[in-house]
Amino acid sequence: MAAPSYATPAERIWYYAFRVICGLIFFFLIAPIIVIVPLAFNAEPYFTFTREMLALDPEGYSLRWFRALLGSSEWMGSIRNSFIISISSTIIATALGTLAALGLNRRNMPARGLITAILISPMIVPLIITAAALFSFFARAGLANTFPGIILSHVVLGTPFVVLTVTASLAGFDETLIRASQSLGANQSRTFFKVILPLLLPGVIAGALFAFVTSLDEVVIVNFMAGPAQTPMTVRMFSGLREEISPTILALASLLVALSIILLTTLELIRRRNERLRGMSPG
Amino acid sequence: MASTDGAIKEPILAADGTPLKQALRRSQARERRAAFLLVAPLLLFILIVFAVPIASMIWRSVYNPEVRNFLPQTAAALQEWDGEDVPPEPVFQAMAADMIVGVEKRTIGRAAARINREIPGARSRMMRTAREVDEWSAPYREKFLETDERWSDLDFWRLLKRETRLVTPAYYLLALDYEYTADGEIRPRPEVYRIYKALFWRTAWMSMLITGICILLAYPISYLMATQPTRLANLLLILVLLPFWTSLLVRTSAWIVLLQQQGVVNELLVALNVIDEGGRLRMIYNRTGTIIAMTHILLPFMVLPLYSVMKTIPPSYLRAAKSLGAHPFRAWWRVYFPLTIPGLAAGCILVFILAIGYYITPALVGGDSGIFISNLIAQNMQGSSAQLKLAAALATILLVAVLVVYWVFNKLIGVDKLKFG
Repeated sequence: MAAPSYATPAERIWYYAFRVICGLIFFFLIAPIIVIVPLAFNAEPYFTFTREMLALDPEGYSLRWFRALLGSSEWMGSIRNSFIISISSTIIATALGTLAALGLNRRNMPARGLITAILISPMIVPLIITAAALFSFFARAGLANTFPGIILSHVVLGTPFVVLTVTASLAGFDETLIRASQSLGANQSRTFFKVILPLLLPGVIAGALFAFVTSLDEVVIVNFMAGPAQTPMTVRMFSGLREEISPTILALASLLVALSIILLTTLELIRRRNERLRGMSPG
Repeated sequence: MASTDGAIKEPILAADGTPLKQALRRSQARERRAAFLLVAPLLLFILIVFAVPIASMIWRSVYNPEVRNFLPQTAAALQEWDGEDVPPEPVFQAMAADMIVGVEKRTIGRAAARINREIPGARSRMMRTAREVDEWSAPYREKFLETDERWSDLDFWRLLKRETRLVTPAYYLLALDYEYTADGEIRPRPEVYRIYKALFWRTAWMSMLITGICILLAYPISYLMATQPTRLANLLLILVLLPFWTSLLVRTSAWIVLLQQQGVVNELLVALNVIDEGGRLRMIYNRTGTIIAMTHILLPFMVLPLYSVMKTIPPSYLRAAKSLGAHPFRAWWRVYFPLTIPGLAAGCILVFILAIGYYITPALVGGDSGIFISNLIAQNMQGSSAQLKLAAALATILLVAVLVVYWVFNKLIGVDKLKFG
């Protein structure tokens, strides 16, 4: 693409200058994430590129930090804890959130505005406040330093996303499909599983992914709530970054970047499927 | 069928014979109930696991039970006292009775600790007297004064009287750098202890600054994406979404790697001879580090709502304005910019509210000059019960600030739909 042929010289300069500026901003967004990956393959315990790395000398690269990560029972244990917490909280949050979204979008829902505000509120309240409140509360209930306590607090954080994404996919929902299904003889549960759920699925999955990532990435609450037996990888990373920084953290970080690429691709596939289902052409 | 006048006055019946109006009301009530039942599990869950803890935190920030619950008779006796002279015998008698009960139930220590926070040394004196008091008999006043002349200290008794209140603003005063004087006046704390108010302001202005930088960076790229063909726009969108989906800790550690003194940026600048070895830039563990890293982390929250609004603005509007003779800037300012305000508002509120409560990034890259109020809330949460209450007061102030900001934005522009992804 070039500037249109009728552009004045000033417009032409602005056209290219604007693109250069945008390029720099995109660079600012993406560069930090790109930089971290090769550094995880550093053969030396440094946080910067060594001479050998810059010369693309194979000697300068190694898998030692990945080996250190995968060979450490502490790291692997905390990664396992992270997945226990995120998967359980995602399942609960998705179930509760989807049901609530279905109810909120019924025509006869009483006090819809107020209830929506209450359900969404965990997203607006700063995390540190939620952490302060839940920690003292759970400590008295004997739930601090337990998996159930951490999982419950992550369910709180995750449900607003599920409610929002499922509501969004319900907004374009054609109610006549339900009647069509019923007129063809399907009972309620069959209608739900065969007609409503497949159409809602993109919203449900997107919400579940949000809830999953929120939980997997959460540091503030678990930092207070997790005892030594529940320490998830985020807390270990957090204290690792505060104390001595070892490239093992970078190895884990690049694995997490890979995970976010997978998540992003999944969401994009869902979006395309969604557009196809609604009769729009994918971009 | 109902052709006669008499039949029309009859209520219209539903298929099962009940009047239609009643049947409709009943079925609507049933639908309402069904809708509510779907929402009920989550609503109940959020109320119990989120709303109740928040409410109890707010209550704890003003709750002051120690003196009233652990020295009940003294508290009652002090109501009669005018605060002018050493209290009369009944007060000392009540104190002695409370102490005997307190030693038995092991609660006297908590009352003593509460008072010791305001009058250092009061704890050991109270504990010592409490151990001896069951051997004494009336009149108690002289016995107390004999044991320790500090029992005649008026400030002690005034404090005790003040602290019989079940609800106290003391922690809020502390959170705003005020304190009570011995005679119950409110005054600013000594200069060296004043940290919280300054930190609230720093949190506010740094959040505003970060929001401002996010607007400046997000606006051009959102505009670029909105005006490109869909395929290219989607490709560019990935450059925004990848950071958005990447773990916060990963992005923060990336900035540590980039910005520290032996980090990538400094090495690059040295290699390019822009700076020499001694002149390495300090870009992290200070305010600059917090601002750079948080701008990077929050930028997608500005881009996404802005982009989704810009996508819906037809490019013909700008062309029309220009063809009517408007200078490109004027066309943009008068036509395009106003249309993007809803997206801008949604982005601003997201970024600002997220920034104001940020904890992780300032804790990791902020050093001393770049930390936020959240960091002190977290610090106080790991302390004594008094610090826990201070943390609750600080958190409540922050919560009110966030809700006010949200409410004002909502009134001004109406942030109905927050869009993600």
